[in-house]
Amino acid sequence: MSRLNSVGELEKLRAEILEKRDSGRPCITTCLGTGCHAYASQDVYNALAEEISSRGLTGKVDLRGTGCHGFCEQGPIVVIFPGEICYCRVQPEDAADIVALTVLENKVIDRLLYEDPVSGQKYERESEIPFYKNQDRLILGQNRLIDPQNIEDYFALGGYKALAKALAEMTPEDVLEEVKKANLRGRGGGGFPAGVKWETTRQAPEKEKYVIVNADEGDPGAYMDRSLLEGNPHLVLEGLILGAYAIGAAKGFVYVRQEYPLAVKNLTLAVQQAEEHGLLGDDILGSGFDFSVSIKRGAGAFVSGESSALVSAIEGQVGEPRPKHINTAISGLWGKPTNLNNVETWANVPYIIERGAGWFNSTGNEQNKGTKIFSLVGKVNNTGLVEVPMGTPLRKIIDDIGGGIPGDKRFKAVQTGGPSGGCIPEQYLDTPVDFDRLKELGSMMGSGGMIIMDEDNCMVDVAKYFMHFLKDESCGKCTSCREGTKRMYEILDAITRGEGREGDLELLEEIAWVTENASLCALGSTAANPVLSTLRYFRDEYEAHIKEKRCPAKVCKALIRFTIDPEKCDGCGRCKRNCPEGAITGELKSPMTIDSSLCSRCGICREVCHLDAVTAE
Amino acid sequence: MVNLTIDGKKYQAEEGQNVLEVALENGIEIPHLCYHENLSPYGGCRLCLVEVTRNGRAFLTTSCTYPCLDGIIVKTDTPEVLRARRLVLELLMPLAPEAPQLQALARQMEIEEPRFKTDEEADDCIRCGLCVRACTELVGAQAITFSGRGYRKTVEPPFGEEALDCIGCGTCVFLCPTGCIQMVDKSAERTIARWQRTLPLKACSSCGRYYIPFAQIEFARQKSREAPAEDWFDLCPDCR
Ligand SMILES: Cc1cc2nc3c(=O)[nH]c(=O)nc-3n(C[C@H](O)[C@H](O)[C@H](O)COP(=O)(O)O)c2cc1C
Ligand code: FES
Repeated sequence: MSRLNSVGELEKLRAEILEKRDSGRPCITTCLGTGCHAYASQDVYNALAEEISSRGLTGKVDLRGTGCHGFCEQGPIVVIFPGEICYCRVQPEDAADIVALTVLENKVIDRLLYEDPVSGQKYERESEIPFYKNQDRLILGQNRLIDPQNIEDYFALGGYKALAKALAEMTPEDVLEEVKKANLRGRGGGGFPAGVKWETTRQAPEKEKYVIVNADEGDPGAYMDRSLLEGNPHLVLEGLILGAYAIGAAKGFVYVRQEYPLAVKNLTLAVQQAEEHGLLGDDILGSGFDFSVSIKRGAGAFVSGESSALVSAIEGQVGEPRPKHINTAISGLWGKPTNLNNVETWANVPYIIERGAGWFNSTGNEQNKGTKIFSLVGKVNNTGLVEVPMGTPLRKIIDDIGGGIPGDKRFKAVQTGGPSGGCIPEQYLDTPVDFDRLKELGSMMGSGGMIIMDEDNCMVDVAKYFMHFLKDESCGKCTSCREGTKRMYEILDAITRGEGREGDLELLEEIAWVTENASLCALGSTAANPVLSTLRYFRDEYEAHIKEKRCPAKVCKALIRFTIDPEKCDGCGRCKRNCPEGAITGELKSPMTIDSSLCSRCGICREVCHLDAVTAE
Repeated sequence: MVNLTIDGKKYQAEEGQNVLEVALENGIEIPHLCYHENLSPYGGCRLCLVEVTRNGRAFLTTSCTYPCLDGIIVKTDTPEVLRARRLVLELLMPLAPEAPQLQALARQMEIEEPRFKTDEEADDCIRCGLCVRACTELVGAQAITFSGRGYRKTVEPPFGEEALDCIGCGTCVFLCPTGCIQMVDKSAERTIARWQRTLPLKACSSCGRYYIPFAQIEFARQKSREAPAEDWFDLCPDCR
């Protein structure tokens, strides 16, 4: 490919690509994102390729491997265009039918359609599936249409149009002004206005400046940044180039965690392609603007995603937070002005520049514009990546998109914001989800984790789970964070073991306060959230553990006892055979009993019982 | 020069000075464990917390890392500051319960009964990092580093093995606020058990006392531009 030396040449290339592409020609897309890949979607892709070539359809039917659609639990996902017929959990053996029936005869294969777990209804088109229908996929939407390793796909969808527009028609100040007007807030957790940060870096006196993409994504369970980098790397790059232009940076870094090999691969390829096309490097599109990008791989500690720690890591030092009384925006990488934004933040920029701040502001609420991607997991029927307008009520995300709570269980809480987020109870389900409201409720947006919990979740156990993560992931520099998380964990652990004492909750609150207020970085200042939010909304549950030695959700092993209801038990002996402790006795065909002194409360008997005769109390 | 207020009084400080330095120079007591005037500030122990108001916003921060900026208002003894320091010390105590310096601070802050039990693995190290910084910044040997994170963070020689770059100078031993680094000289050998290092000592040619590791002499010769006279180390400082 030859270099594009002007905006005109880019548009000419785009026209040629579109010319070549016949929108009526069938195209089978297979998701090759990490989630579907784990379900062997590559085998499905290969089988489809084989089927197309053996039927002599090469050139008549397109096949495309795409990025993540976000509905990974239904993977491997295959969508056939132009009809947009969506098949879920596709196996390589299905390839023949897909080509013969759907592609050639326009017939829908019923067994491969998505079936709503609640209503049982089947859906043919991907966009009709409730999980997708109730979303607003501004940022994620292109993932399913693009082969991330092929820059032409990105061009075909209007890629690099925003960059062309900026370089041809806008000054750097114009670009900055547009992002400021758009009120774009950082998607990495803090919600800081991106435009303000950009301006600070731009106005800093030092001439040499840097821009950074934070793709460290250390929250367990979060994978929105990963999906974007894997599935649409040029979108992030285009945003970064626009930012560099606005700020006046000639050098950028993408800091990706080592554990994301596909993201590193696709991004590396995207950078190469952009360089070859003259979209990165010297004199971009003949505009005189120079900008290059390097990819840095991170070692993957949670704390190295913190901005000052990440700057240290890029410099080659230990990825540990450092005091930043002087803003990174003014003195960051090697002491130079540095602007750092999250992957998703950067991905918004091309849309803002191409369509304008006014358009961007039409989505969201007063203080929070645009969309946000969440990773919806836990006790909901549909799990996956969910993108909704800022300010969407929690209830809508959980019920309409997530399909509600499985079984006839009751919703208990939604945990947002990653490990140092908080738990929000039912009475706040109509709260619009945005940076400010979540904070008011004692939680936070974080990177967009959203874990749904039902009546079977013990909130003390939940707090303990997150504190376990935080005590391991604290960098260990500040006494308040290192010892504070450790001590909070110890107390929570004791409470769940039935060793809670009078005064524990007050002590927890004191440690929480000092961890929050005396620590250097945001890991410490948010680390108490799991404890404080559960204490705020579920204090009675803590008290039941401490005073009555009772776990209301029947989770904490030390506080429950399993028994078998003799009325229900038919003496099938399954529990007896499966009990690892040999704690169950009884003659076949007569009711079994559990010896509590031998029982380890593993719960296997309850799982294997076909009559629901085992209960915990 | 910048102007700042500490506990209601106006002070002048040089650009680049930190708040703790200026407070101490002016006789204002702020407890501190990980700060040393000859080392770069670390901000780890969190004992030197103060309240700073800047641009109308008040927050707690460590005075050892906070720069003197024009117009800031510092308060060193608000109830919040005192409460935070007390809790920090309470959290530190179980790591080195016997350390006199910590006990003295506890008495000052009127902590009677520690509320946290002593860890089984407590090794008297409070992770203040003075030893690491001294070895790197003052001595230049870089024999020890922090390793691990969270409550597992420790100071170690590389790979947790013998500190091969340790010259046995004892600076870390001298600076450690809890005395958790022990150095023992036994006839012609010096051992720093914590760094798994044993080094032969040179004897003073006059009094016969074993007084300096050969490794330290070697290191000093390599480091200093004007090498001391060949026989400089033959005599111990007392006999010189
Ligand atoms: C412990 C910790 C971990 C963090 N991890 C990430 C991360 O993985 N990705 C990210 O974008 N921001 C992370 N952040 C937030 C960053 O410090 C920073 O605020 C953000 O990247 C700025 O980008 P934004 O303004 O676009 O959100 C983390 C913060 C803390 C305190
Ligand atoms: S002396 Fe300031 S944090 Fe330790």
